[in-house]
Amino acid sequence: MSILVDKHTKIICQGITGKSGLFHSQQCRAYAKEHRPGEDVFVGGCTPGKGGTEIDGFPVFNTVEQAIQQTGANCSLIFVPPPFAADAILEAADAGIGLIVCITEGIPVLDMARVHRAMQGSKSRLIGPNCPGIITPGVAKIGIMPGYIHKIGNVGLISKSGTLTYEAAWQMGNIGLGQSTAVGIGGDPIIGTMYIELLQMFEADPKTEAILMIGEIGGNAEIQAAQYIKDHVKKPVAAFIAGATAPPGKRMGHAGAIISGGAGTAAEKKAALEAVGVVVADTPADMGAAVKRAMDLRK
Amino acid sequence: MKIHEYQAKQLLAKAGAKVPRGVVAKTSDEAAAAFTELAGPLAVVKSQIHAGGRGKGRFKQFPDQPGVVLVKSAEAAKDHASRMLGSTLVTIQTGAEGKPVNVLLIEEGLKIAKEMYLGVVVDRESGGPILIASTEGGMEIEVVAHNTPEKILQEPFDVEAGLLPFQARNVAYRLGLEGTAIRSAEKLFRQVCQFFIDNDCSMVEINPLVVTAEGELVIGDAKVTFDDNALFRHQDLVALRDLNEEEPMEVQAQASGLSYVKLDGNLGCLVNGAGLAMSTMDIIKYHGGAPANFLDVGGGANVDQVTEAFRIILADPNVKGILVNIFGGIMKCDTIVTALLSAYDKIGITVPLVVRLEGTNVDVARKMLADSGKKIIVGTDLADAAKKAVASLGA
Repeated sequence: MSILVDKHTKIICQGITGKSGLFHSQQCRAYAKEHRPGEDVFVGGCTPGKGGTEIDGFPVFNTVEQAIQQTGANCSLIFVPPPFAADAILEAADAGIGLIVCITEGIPVLDMARVHRAMQGSKSRLIGPNCPGIITPGVAKIGIMPGYIHKIGNVGLISKSGTLTYEAAWQMGNIGLGQSTAVGIGGDPIIGTMYIELLQMFEADPKTEAILMIGEIGGNAEIQAAQYIKDHVKKPVAAFIAGATAPPGKRMGHAGAIISGGAGTAAEKKAALEAVGVVVADTPADMGAAVKRAMDLRK
Repeated sequence: MKIHEYQAKQLLAKAGAKVPRGVVAKTSDEAAAAFTELAGPLAVVKSQIHAGGRGKGRFKQFPDQPGVVLVKSAEAAKDHASRMLGSTLVTIQTGAEGKPVNVLLIEEGLKIAKEMYLGVVVDRESGGPILIASTEGGMEIEVVAHNTPEKILQEPFDVEAGLLPFQARNVAYRLGLEGTAIRSAEKLFRQVCQFFIDNDCSMVEINPLVVTAEGELVIGDAKVTFDDNALFRHQDLVALRDLNEEEPMEVQAQASGLSYVKLDGNLGCLVNGAGLAMSTMDIIKYHGGAPANFLDVGGGANVDQVTEAFRIILADPNVKGILVNIFGGIMKCDTIVTALLSAYDKIGITVPLVVRLEGTNVDVARKMLADSGKKIIVGTDLADAAKKAVASLGA
């Protein structure tokens, strides 16, 4: 059935009157129109001060709370600039919205530490920040990914990257594989949802038959995921870790992509995953093939 | 963003921490004057660079000159300074090219009873800041972590409340501190943690944290790195930036909104998206090539940015070929090709250029490339493009 995003998902955009917010809201609405004509999926947006207005047919509200009351939204897509994005996340969580997807890149790390602390025990789930979003192909697109890349299928995809995820989805599409749900968890050091929670969801999802994890240098989330896979995941898992050639101590684009004190290298993550039976692609050109190999090994 | 030791100490001193008495010197005469001002039997002359390992490091121009020396006279200070200033210091952390030394810190000697390690970083697992301490100061902390991990103490603390007094005392007692040192530690640890939060640091490292014979805690050396994402709200800290310590092309790229890291190879890459950019470097190496750089042109590749990206890549004399790998999502492939061809003309690219495009409007884009009359090699997929790029160098 997919995870996190299904036919009950109703989306608003925080920052809808900004250039990026509006453009991507339109794209997501168009995706919904194409795949689920006649259904109201993308229902409006928020920009403080612009409540009561309309932008390209989207009703605009001053607060997330008001937007939920008026539209029944249960998901917020955040396109708010870095200095204000953490506050936007906290507003959405405080309003009790079930799913928060934050696209913004460049949020100060300690702001995310504050968000992490404030959201302990929250009923809201945060995906991101610094991520392309989530898509359940054929159902709803909540993010900036090109919808046509993601074919409907049964592979759960979890990735720290954006365009590398599109590359993976495209490779999978070429060999007849699609995704149940594709989740971009983001490239920042502190993120709302990590691999393990999603692995758990995909393991429990009847629609998902295999899982692809895309990771990169920095931190040890992939190594923790490997331990979790060993103990709790029976479905076939494939992976790719970007950054085998990254030099230590340098931030490679993503705020979280940095090898620090010798830890967080691609090699150690690859080794940890292989040790628990994950099929790890040797190159980024083999991600689709790795998924197929993982599935074939289980037949 | 990194800063020098002398700047870190000035900031920490303002936050209430105890630092050694020290004077900054930019000429060898100033170094002599600094020694005299400190009025002690000895002083430490320390090269100021954005890297560690200075004590064991040596200068390219003076292979017997260490990066840090103990001196017992103003003349000796001046003598060493004359070799250090304007020279290039190579340490295990700088890489073979080393870093230029333009500033020295002359400090009083300390009566060291013990050397400890104190650090603050952001811990991804607990989702917040963490204090790290060890009795093994004055050494590479990675070595300690590797050999005796049980000697690394970790104390996650609350980003809103800071390090609480009892937490500071817990760490102090576990470090084996006694007597007046406990009170000193309680104060210092909390000051350092608050400093980390107030200034949006990504790292504060005090190694060694000196315990003096009198039981006082003094900051022996300090490394401070700020979160680049937070600099917009710390303009006063941005003023401390030393561009001499940074890779010029990386500085220029940052100013143009591009993400660029210089590497050692000869195959330049231009990619959209950090994960895909890292992966492009990886697949080049896999097929026997050597990437010259990481470059993420970002989501909105307009003509100016693509042009600047090429300029920056080609400014590296090592670059003998370029691989462009673009996965167009919302960004259309033909838009990118328009920018690419315009940049090609503006700069006049003379090295082999391999282009791999995928995504929206890819067929239109490929036709544009074919019709352009430019000698551009087209890669059909990621592996094909990487192999062709490596082959184009004649390697």
